[in-house]
Amino acid sequence: MSKLYLDPNLIARARTAASDIADSLQSFILERTTVAVERTVLRLYGMDGVDADYVPLPNVVVDHLKEGGVLERGAATFVLNAVLQTGRTIQEIGEAVADGTLNLCELPLASLDEIRKKGIELATASLERIRANRAKRDEYLTRLGEGPQPYIYVIVATGNIYEDVVQAKAAARQGADIIAVIRSTGQSLIDYVPYGATTEGFGGTYATQENFKIMRAALDEVGEEIGRYIRLCNYCSGLCMPEIAAMGAIERLDVMLNDALYGILFRDINMQRTLVDQNFSRMINSFAGVIINTGEDNYLTTADAVEQAPSVLASQFINEQLALRSGLPEEQMGLGHAFEMSPDLEDGFLLELSQAQMAREIFPRAPLKYMPPTKHMTGNIFKGHVQDTLFNMVGVMTNQGIQLLGMMTEAIHTPLIHDRHIAIEAAKYVFKNMRNFGEEIEYKRDGKIVARAQEVLNDAAAKLEEIRDIGMLEAISRGMFADVKRTMTGGKGLHGVFMRAEDYWNPFETLLRAELGLEAMAR
Amino acid sequence: MSEAARYEPWKNRDMTHVRPYGDTFDDGVVQLSFSLPVPPGEEAAEAARQLVTQMGFVEPSVTHQHDLGEDFTFVVLYAKTKAAVDFTKIKVAKVDSPRMSFYEINEFIEENFGRKITIIGACTGTDAHTVGIDAIMNMKGYNGEYGLERYPMIDAYNLGAQVENEEMVAKAIELNADAILVSQVVTQKDVHIPNLAQLVELLEAEGLREKLILICGGPRIGHELALELGYDAGFGPGTLAPDVASYVVQEMMKRGLK
Ligand code: B12
Repeated sequence: MSKLYLDPNLIARARTAASDIADSLQSFILERTTVAVERTVLRLYGMDGVDADYVPLPNVVVDHLKEGGVLERGAATFVLNAVLQTGRTIQEIGEAVADGTLNLCELPLASLDEIRKKGIELATASLERIRANRAKRDEYLTRLGEGPQPYIYVIVATGNIYEDVVQAKAAARQGADIIAVIRSTGQSLIDYVPYGATTEGFGGTYATQENFKIMRAALDEVGEEIGRYIRLCNYCSGLCMPEIAAMGAIERLDVMLNDALYGILFRDINMQRTLVDQNFSRMINSFAGVIINTGEDNYLTTADAVEQAPSVLASQFINEQLALRSGLPEEQMGLGHAFEMSPDLEDGFLLELSQAQMAREIFPRAPLKYMPPTKHMTGNIFKGHVQDTLFNMVGVMTNQGIQLLGMMTEAIHTPLIHDRHIAIEAAKYVFKNMRNFGEEIEYKRDGKIVARAQEVLNDAAAKLEEIRDIGMLEAISRGMFADVKRTMTGGKGLHGVFMRAEDYWNPFETLLRAELGLEAMAR
Repeated sequence: MSEAARYEPWKNRDMTHVRPYGDTFDDGVVQLSFSLPVPPGEEAAEAARQLVTQMGFVEPSVTHQHDLGEDFTFVVLYAKTKAAVDFTKIKVAKVDSPRMSFYEINEFIEENFGRKITIIGACTGTDAHTVGIDAIMNMKGYNGEYGLERYPMIDAYNLGAQVENEEMVAKAIELNADAILVSQVVTQKDVHIPNLAQLVELLEAEGLREKLILICGGPRIGHELALELGYDAGFGPGTLAPDVASYVVQEMMKRGLK
């Protein structure tokens, strides 16, 4: 029963519009591939390491195929052909291409049947490793258990992975359930994934496979000690979305930020590129049992939170539909929203509560990711602590899935070790003290909270129908999200997008589609 | 000492000796909090007290400590200081041109330059924060003040975020800019310093530095830092378009840039 008396027909209308939007995007996506998707195929096959200039081997090989003019057929065909022709491993083939002793485009081509047979065989083995990681997570969760929702999510961002480990373990001991390692500024715009353990980043730490491994081991260790599984989070968004999703699957990350729209609007990444990348990356997240986090909360940093509430909801609907088309179950959809209204508003708390409760009711099974006040945080840390407290109240009252804790020093620096402690202590206090408060209250049928939710839902439905009419890509270019305008051919990374050739082949996509039950959905 | 001076000492306060105030005039009370890389306990508290004493505080009192795990301890302290500053001698580098209104600025440009002036701006380097520079430049402005794009006598070009210094310089040449506005929001580990300094070098290499007004801004940017880095001015939190525009037009006048 809806506490906000939301009209189920209106919700259904909004969902249908979002579904149509997602369908038309999906047909656009499925005609294309990108350099990042092809590098991901190689990474999933286990290709790793860098050449003499520190260029990752998947980049070396994909660039080589691009120069040879064959990338639109998919990297797998040529690399698997080389496996058959030379008897070497995929890693060795990467190394040979890097040192210039092997040209994949000049090798005679074995029969496609043979290539595909070998490709599926090796891909199946790779996917088994990911499946095993998933089983291991489940095993941890049954044996160690986990904290109650809202999960307490905090970030570490020292720039040095080893120092991040210290801060992360401390946070886990203090009560954190999810540790997110924020990436260094600018990483989302580099068209390769840096290699190895890194100790110098700005505002964050580079996402590398080795860094993932180091943090995973540390959190498993502290989790064992304190008897609670600690989830690890990192970021897919950017020019390497699917590659980072693959690294996350291989190193057993649990939560990953994954939102093309974030890249489009806030990093000026080309929309064609990142939508194609997103689709494959979400399939990988889905199979790996990763909870994705979407970035709707960010809209409220460039536009007004009261006005943009319908766009946030509209975007959640679209993200839900796109996620379903990547095989992602609702239980893994950490749809984003935030407590970002100006603290100067009278009754602002009511509007925030309304929005959060509405999202909870419309996406009942999604572990909603609730973001704290950021834009209206100031150098006044004392007031900031109170702003965060109101946010924590809404989080527990409306049963959010993931509470990204606010830091009272938000406007100043990435968290110091005790900023995090103060935040965790306060959140635990509010969550415990108010644990069942949400169940005790009902909202006045003709009150402000109910009226606000109905108005936002109504506007979101209208907005979605408008987007369906003009098309999603056109809606973005008109600035309908976050007041930011982006065009089809603008932004970074378009040169890495290709139309798929007739005989395009991506064995992981094929296998994952079957695994995730997507064949049934395709028409 | 008169009765009043004894009971209300703040009324004739000595501005050459100013120290913090809690609840008794001149008590020097300060609150502090920090973490130490040691496990919690009596020793941690004593370490905190000794540290604070070394900092020049007296009567330190640890009111709270908390185990952060991994052998770190958070402490909260109160202490007093005997230090004092001579407030009459304080000098702060400030942008000192008077602030004009939207109308005054446009009029000033028309009268003194007889042409539109060109201002380009961006958030540079790897920094993707646009809200600050948008607040200054975009039509709709910020906090009730229009942005520079709205000024009839200003051609304002907001290049957005993540703009490379090289591109900034190329644009300045292409558009014959009178002023460049640079925003820097990410300042972690001083990432903004080399980036800001590089722009000055590039402009100098092109022989452009003296021909235009160069300004930086952001939440952690001050006028003093800007001067140190070779900028003409720096603007911090709460800046609005007229603050910047007033400075630009008056500085152009002063420097004879017509
Ligand atoms: C919104 C926001 C974002 C948005 C930005 C959206 C966008 N398009 O701008 C998003 C979510 C994308 C984002 C991303 C990141 N952010 Co951010 N972000 C913020 C936040 C919450 C608000 C900033 C803001 O918009 N303020 C409002 C504007 C109006 O204020 P302002 O910038 O100070 O501008 C005023 C003045 O400073 C001045 N001014 C500014 N520029 C200029 C220029 C000139 C010429 C002049 C005259 C004046 C001027 O005038 C403006 C109007 O008064 C702050 C926290 C906070 N509350 O401050 C963190 C914050 C700035 N972000 C931070 C970080 C670390 C990041 C990331 C690096 C995180 C990461 N690792 O991914 C990424 C950055 C990626 C990148 N490449 O830059 C840190 C910076 C820490 C530090 N000191 O270095 C902060 C402080 C948060 C934190 N505590 O960690 N962020």
